[in-house]
Amino acid sequence: MKFAILVSEGPYTHQATDTAFLFAQAVLAKGHEIFRVFFYHDGVYNATRLTTPPQDDRNIVKRWTELAKANNLDMVVCVAAAQRRGIVDDGEMQRNGKDATNLAEPFRISGLGQLIEAGIQADRLVVFGD
Amino acid sequence: MTTKQFMIVNRKAPYGTIYGWEALEVVLIAAAFEQDVSMAFLDDGVYQIKKGHQTKGIEIKAFEKTFRALEDYDVTKIYVDQESLTERGLTADDLTIPVEVLSRAEIGKRMEEQDIVLAF
Repeated sequence: MKFAILVSEGPYTHQATDTAFLFAQAVLAKGHEIFRVFFYHDGVYNATRLTTPPQDDRNIVKRWTELAKANNLDMVVCVAAAQRRGIVDDGEMQRNGKDATNLAEPFRISGLGQLIEAGIQADRLVVFGD
Repeated sequence: MTTKQFMIVNRKAPYGTIYGWEALEVVLIAAAFEQDVSMAFLDDGVYQIKKGHQTKGIEIKAFEKTFRALEDYDVTKIYVDQESLTERGLTADDLTIPVEVLSRAEIGKRMEEQDIVLAF
């Protein structure tokens, strides 16, 4: 089956992102496909590479990065939500005159249309929120 | 393009958190993608479409006007939970847009018919 995943809560604050990650892992382990993981609301904070949790805690951002790279996942951060919350890639840095970037690999910033497209293309769009 | 049924479910009060506003952005984009979009308002979500938002005191932009633009995007399937209205002393006359007031069971049925339910 082809899944799409929406993550709409921030890491560490809310378990939604942990559950989304574990669900994504389980989906792939069962041989299913993930069309896209989309990050919205405070979910965009899952994509900052500046996250530095204590050493004995899970590193949520790194964990996403590793899973996405190993499985070639399309990880998309909503641009409007990202701009509000200061998640920045090279393009956004230049467009908005900022002096830094913080987007982790292999996340990319794009529009909400990518969420709608994921809903259209996937057999199931599974929402992890509050 | 494939058309699917998208229902956006609103459960939270309009200001206080950003969920209501960012849910509305999803509605507008889904409509722009010519999807079959509906909205359901439950719990404190019914306050989102109550008439007369006054947000000057909290210095947040009011988005009541955007609900009135939904018709221009062909978003006309707006369902509101009767119990949630009653619990808050509201009726359909207090709302800023025309809606269909349904029982919880009926809203549940509409949800079942959807391809995609996004709850905020």
